[in-house]
Amino acid sequence: MNRTGAKRKNILLMQGNEAIVEGALAAGCRFFAGYPITPASEISEGMSIRLPQMDGTFIQMEDEIASIGAVIGASLAGVKSMTATSGPGFSLMQENIGFACMAEVPCVIVNVMRGGPSTGLPTHPSQGDVMQARWGTHGDHPIIVLAVSTVRDSFEITVEAFNLSEKYRVPVIILSDEAVAHTRETVTMPSPEEIKIIDRIKPEMPPEWYIPYEVTSTGVPPMAVFGEGYPYHITGLSHDVRGFPTQRPDETDELIRRLYRKITQGFHEIQKIKSFMMGDAEIAVIAYGSVTRSARQAVLDVRQLGIRAGLLQLVTLFPFPRESVETVLNQCRAVLVPEMNLGQISREVKRVNQKDTRVTTYNRVDGQLITPEEIYSQLIQMK
Amino acid sequence: MPEEITRLTHKYLRHDKKFPHIWCPGCGNGIVLGSLIRAIDRSGLHKDDVVLVSGIGCSGRMTVYADFNTLHTTHGRALTFATGIKLAKNSLHVIVIMGDGDATAIGGNHFIHAARRNMDLTAIIINNQIYGMTGGQQSPTTPYGSMTTTTPYGHIENAFSISELAMVAGASFVGRGTVFHVQLLDSLIERAIQKKGFSVVEILSNCHVQFGRRNKMGSPVKMMKWFQEHAVTMQKAKQMNTEDLEGNVTIGVLTDSDKPSYLEKYQLVQEQAKASLKK
Repeated sequence: MNRTGAKRKNILLMQGNEAIVEGALAAGCRFFAGYPITPASEISEGMSIRLPQMDGTFIQMEDEIASIGAVIGASLAGVKSMTATSGPGFSLMQENIGFACMAEVPCVIVNVMRGGPSTGLPTHPSQGDVMQARWGTHGDHPIIVLAVSTVRDSFEITVEAFNLSEKYRVPVIILSDEAVAHTRETVTMPSPEEIKIIDRIKPEMPPEWYIPYEVTSTGVPPMAVFGEGYPYHITGLSHDVRGFPTQRPDETDELIRRLYRKITQGFHEIQKIKSFMMGDAEIAVIAYGSVTRSARQAVLDVRQLGIRAGLLQLVTLFPFPRESVETVLNQCRAVLVPEMNLGQISREVKRVNQKDTRVTTYNRVDGQLITPEEIYSQLIQMK
Repeated sequence: MPEEITRLTHKYLRHDKKFPHIWCPGCGNGIVLGSLIRAIDRSGLHKDDVVLVSGIGCSGRMTVYADFNTLHTTHGRALTFATGIKLAKNSLHVIVIMGDGDATAIGGNHFIHAARRNMDLTAIIINNQIYGMTGGQQSPTTPYGSMTTTTPYGHIENAFSISELAMVAGASFVGRGTVFHVQLLDSLIERAIQKKGFSVVEILSNCHVQFGRRNKMGSPVKMMKWFQEHAVTMQKAKQMNTEDLEGNVTIGVLTDSDKPSYLEKYQLVQEQAKASLKK
């Protein structure tokens, strides 16, 4: 990929942020609104070149609040939309992310994590925003959070993020980090036919029969596009099945529970994991994001010593892949959760640990990567 | 005339679903809603091509009552959602209803930048100089010295002029009216809807419950009379000196220019980008 965007070969050298741009475009994203922030700015820059080439729209908004607002608006007008930011901007977006949850507007939000809190370490990686991605906006809400660990991942998971967002009408958060974002790797790009694309379901009934927030068996109602003959009302207020504000306890309860149910019913396809050498593993690493790469090497290295170690990579962080983690906890004597924070996913692992499997944590919050050697020495101590 | 009102009511309001409304008796919001649907009717727009976007506050409820594509957004952010809608599907006419707090306090940044970009939107701002829904707190347009629930000793800040703010920020059309001068309001909104680029109509309205009551301005009728007595048309204002204008408010078209809108310019960007691919 060169800067003008012309594709020449199928094997390309690109950085994680560029792969997210390409993944989004492949998934059908045609609207991007963003605000400059390190280490996510390359996503905006890439979009500003590529989108107008395909009749899409890029706009740099006045802040991150405006960016996510515009993204939601564009999605309501029927266009797949995305924004990208880092910690400080992600905090600003939270209110409108809640709007997208409540009004069920598909959209993708990329958070390239850097050290925090506050302005923190703008040019260093971190995994400190995991719980914010899950619980950043107020109120009980379902959300999908995916983590990328390689450049290839950045492409594929971005496509997946759009698919899940469209299918479940829910905002999807992609957590990358400064290391993945700025690492350059070769990626064999899939051909368009190899990429599975899901679009939201639109209403097909006569407009007078359309009930915008109808309780369906999947929990996901068909979504009308502005200007296609199905005018309806959209609000962040608690609303009835027709979309109008309500304060009735029965209608409110039904709405909030349906928002959860639509995700719960999709656990089987939303919760994605990758297993590495888990077949005969007695001890395991549970990791996500760039830490996975070090963990993989460490597992290979300790196996040289005859230690039966394995790796469970969490691609989906939320809804938390409880079943897969429980399987590992049941199978293994001890589990290591290395993270570039002071223990966010390890809490989830401990929460679902029904046996007395030992859960060890290894944490770094100094803006530096967790190395294979560090995980290696942790695993040696666990044997 | 009654038949005309019935026709408009049936055509443009969710009259059999969402009424009675929540606005206080005598509120100016209903007058603005009336003007808005008359202006849309006169403009000949198809209902399904109109998106009405609102923020939070009493004015935000307007989207519930009007039968278009309607979007009730978060506080202050209506213009950002509207920007996304317009850019994603530019055949839609996107009209944004805001209050003074919504548009110029929490949403002030979005307001000046939408104007600066000359984004193809129509912003209708109902300025009642107070936060009505939350119980009468001071807003950016509350006059100096006023009593509100958060300025119990009198307001010590100066007020924004919404129209002048929009003009200097770059809006292509700015008009100001009041809920008393309804025919002027109809025509201002109609012209704003038809204008390319960012068009603003500021409407002075009465909140007799939260503002008038605490500032001894009397009933809705008395507040309307204040608008009648203190509004000066642009033509008349030109012949008056600054001292005579003091304490009055000018109404009419404040600016109307034909500069290129954001969409027109972005379409050129798209053409340029596509041409770069062919090379």
